[in-house]
Amino acid sequence: MAQKGIREYDAKRMLARAVGEYSGGRFRFDDRLALVGPGTNLDTLDKEHPWLTATRLVVKPDQLFGKRGKNNLLLLDADLKAAKAWIAERMGKEVTVEGAGGKTTGALTHFLIEPFVPHDAEYYLAFTSSREVDTIHFSPRGGVDIESVWDTVVSVDVPVLADPMKVEILSKLPDIPEKEDVAAFIRTLYRTYVDYHFTYLEFNPIAFSRGRLLPLDTVARLDDTAAFQCADKWGPIEFPRPFGRPMTKEEAYVESLDAKTGASLKLTLLNPDGRVWLLVAGGGASVIYADTVVDLGFGSELANYGEYSGDPSTELTYEYTKTLLDLMTRKPDPQGRPKYLLIGGGIANFTDVAKTFTGIIQALDEYKDKLKKNRVKIYVRRGGPNYKEGLENMRRLGERIGVPLEVYGPETHMTRIVSLALEEAQR
Amino acid sequence: MNQDYELFTAQTKAFIYGEQLRAAQRMLDFDYLCRREEPSVTALITPERGGFEKLFWGTKEIRIPRITSLAEAASRFPEADVLVNFASQRSAYDVTVEALGVPTIRTVAVIAEGIPERQSRRMAAMAKAQGKWIIGPATVGGVKAGCFKIGNAAGTMENIRTAKLYRPGSVGFVSVSGGLSNEAYNIVARATDGLNEGIAIGGDAYPGSTLLDHLLRFEKNPAIRLLVCLGEVGGTKEYEIAEAVKGGRITKPLVMWVTGTCAKVLPGQVQFGHAGAKADSAAETADAKNAALREAGVIVPDSFDDYGRKIREVYERLVAEGIIVPAPEVTPPNVPIDYAQARAEGLVRRPTNFISTICDERGDVHTYCGVPIDRVIEKKYGIGGVIGLLWFKKEIPPHAREFIEMVLQIIADHGPAVSGAHNTIVAARAGKDLISSLVSGILTIGPRFGGAVNGAAEHFLYGLRNGLSPRQFVDEMKKRNVRIQGIGHRLHSLENPDARVELMKAFAREHFRATPLLEYALAVEQVTTQKKGNLILNVDGCIGVLLVDLLTELNFTDEEIDEMIRAGLFNAFFVLGRSIGLIGHYFDQVRLEQGLYRHPLDDILYDVPKAPEKIG
Repeated sequence: MAQKGIREYDAKRMLARAVGEYSGGRFRFDDRLALVGPGTNLDTLDKEHPWLTATRLVVKPDQLFGKRGKNNLLLLDADLKAAKAWIAERMGKEVTVEGAGGKTTGALTHFLIEPFVPHDAEYYLAFTSSREVDTIHFSPRGGVDIESVWDTVVSVDVPVLADPMKVEILSKLPDIPEKEDVAAFIRTLYRTYVDYHFTYLEFNPIAFSRGRLLPLDTVARLDDTAAFQCADKWGPIEFPRPFGRPMTKEEAYVESLDAKTGASLKLTLLNPDGRVWLLVAGGGASVIYADTVVDLGFGSELANYGEYSGDPSTELTYEYTKTLLDLMTRKPDPQGRPKYLLIGGGIANFTDVAKTFTGIIQALDEYKDKLKKNRVKIYVRRGGPNYKEGLENMRRLGERIGVPLEVYGPETHMTRIVSLALEEAQR
Repeated sequence: MNQDYELFTAQTKAFIYGEQLRAAQRMLDFDYLCRREEPSVTALITPERGGFEKLFWGTKEIRIPRITSLAEAASRFPEADVLVNFASQRSAYDVTVEALGVPTIRTVAVIAEGIPERQSRRMAAMAKAQGKWIIGPATVGGVKAGCFKIGNAAGTMENIRTAKLYRPGSVGFVSVSGGLSNEAYNIVARATDGLNEGIAIGGDAYPGSTLLDHLLRFEKNPAIRLLVCLGEVGGTKEYEIAEAVKGGRITKPLVMWVTGTCAKVLPGQVQFGHAGAKADSAAETADAKNAALREAGVIVPDSFDDYGRKIREVYERLVAEGIIVPAPEVTPPNVPIDYAQARAEGLVRRPTNFISTICDERGDVHTYCGVPIDRVIEKKYGIGGVIGLLWFKKEIPPHAREFIEMVLQIIADHGPAVSGAHNTIVAARAGKDLISSLVSGILTIGPRFGGAVNGAAEHFLYGLRNGLSPRQFVDEMKKRNVRIQGIGHRLHSLENPDARVELMKAFAREHFRATPLLEYALAVEQVTTQKKGNLILNVDGCIGVLLVDLLTELNFTDEEIDEMIRAGLFNAFFVLGRSIGLIGHYFDQVRLEQGLYRHPLDDILYDVPKAPEKIG
């Protein structure tokens, strides 16, 4: 949902197509691009992309992280043989990269190969969006950390209702060669930015050579909710996961459950040794439960973030709960302390609480021995249609399986069970 | 015209865009609970269908028009100034833009999730330029206590009663999340004299109206004394609230909490449930926002756990200072609940008018007599097995299935000249459709056409059950002047047997436990063929007696067998099998483009009296 980073390969592929079309052939972006993934056969690569043997090449990882030059992950001016060797040496290897958000470690899986182009100047160009305007940022000093030369950046705000092709750019540009062409080219790129539902597009640098702009490093985000309008424009597109966060098996399983249904099932494992586990209904409520655990000083004990919502079927809630209980009961706390399962949620609008509890109850029943072995205490709080029956079923389950279980309804503040559990944990 | 800070009053009229009868009913129920004089839903805008819809107003039904276009609705009902837009993700933008262009529409609530950000931004800019309001997208809407509610906002009637939304209190509440609004309304109801207005702006990155927009509206509304707000990690709009408080644009006490403080312990780039809930910079974190708000003078709890307590503290202070005079309690009228809901809650019961014991289509997979259809296919029940399930309610053994299918194949057709096929052909040639042609053929099936199977079964059963020897049986039938059904063939004889009969006999003798009625019929055949060589057990007779033997094989009692024969079981096999042939004849005639059939006059004897008999 919403803004998603895409590969540099996909961004350049789309731009190459759009720039030619929107400028009536006046401008073009190079469409000689090759993406190498774990399944790519390097030996036959030049059959598919004959240009690989005809030009000098640039190779870099294409996995949504920048500063590849600084991180020593950029191969310039190489021939195909060197390029292949460079990729083969790095494919599947773990690297630690330093970026704006600190250090991230992950495996290299995708590389972009494109022609190496000697050029005259390097500019900075970016398009960003905020509520009322899009902003075009341009600086004649590209290829450096743009924050360090921000005073050279000119910014043009374009109101969201303006016609992209009538945007006045020329008069705002600093003194650079062939200004008219550059302005017209930027306008073409801006129209693409709008029409293709980009939410962020940054070229740092974009080179200037013989009257043409050439994107070197490109960072792009698309609004994936526009897929229904842009399927043809985008072509086959993949939204890769952020670098360095491989999913656990369980997270991947929950994601596959989520993909099967209109309902929502989310699981992020934070600390498998944590003692506070959340099984919360609702996107908004789930955040608040996690917040409250953190705000009450138990952030280090928070095992997971997750939510289920949108009326998932009994089978899905059962599978989801089982996945969570399996993670929770793999081994008892080394110091023998209890663990806490918070089955929480707000007052539902129209979800039948008793019905959604059915799958949870089935899973809890199945895990009763492991729950006891792990000294699990369960706290339930929920409201909404049929909540009395749902809560009563939970209460009876607790008695039947002999696991300590406290049940609260809408008369109790939503996050009260968090403080109840944590007070008990402190004792 | 309403005051500019008042989007909804007890006179507000609205259109609902989309097939949202339940939402419309919930709005009417709310209106009724609030003792509104007139319903708030003026019309349903449903491009695919006009007419009207019956909905409840209390216990009685009223008609709500369905109108196929917004333009027409607006010209017929200029008093409606709210559009509750339930159009899908794909069309919500177009509908909203159209609504913003209608002069009489002032507020559009956009429910759909997943509207592209650029479209949301454009809608917001258009609304702002025209001084109109958008609530949403991706929201459940909002509620004006005692006045008006948008679509499904505020949940069930029980929630609405608990949160006292049927009469206005002193609190203006606005949140990002719609899912949490019920929770918040309850917190407010427990801590104060209740909600005056509650709005959920929606979880997208670019809502059509912002938290601040609504807080400023509440600030201007003299009925609202206390502001309560629930923000969210991501974006920077909450800083504008801090600025508005610092700058004196918001002077009423504001209790606010920004959710998402857990983001600091989560790995980077976790997208929470809402599209807008993601911090891209330090300033967008919940901690930073809560700190800035606190510094600006907003009342910020230490955690959500304290939210209700803080609201109560401020409320009690305002009451003590005389700023709030607690809203008087009122007793709302009773709103009847729907039958379906009452039944789900175990409050009502009703005898059923229908009963079915052979199948059930209510689950994920339909079942035939308890067997899911996918298993029917997987386990190769075949037509015979399905007939076993749906006609006999038994899982019948493979040889029984095979025998039934054999019968159907044999019965499927008997040439174009017999009455059924003839009727179908004549009807087809008269230009009638498949069903009419098929049915005109089927309608001939009965005692004379296709009835021999039935008759044979009855005759031989009579003989066998009454202990008549074959000779006695033949004699008695002769004495009663009844021709034994299922005996006799035009061409075949004992020496020149009918291959179909031979096959059935061989199959039954090999697979059935016993074939008593067949053996009896064959003994009778021994008697009749002594008289004439072609008085053999024919194919109808063989099917009739073997079907009876099959029923015995399937553990039916004599009484049950008689009951099924009376109910037309043999005709059932005949109709089913012969329909295959009749349909074939229909297609054949259509393909051959045969014209209207008219019977030749020389094939009709005209013997009409010169004049009718005169009576009286």
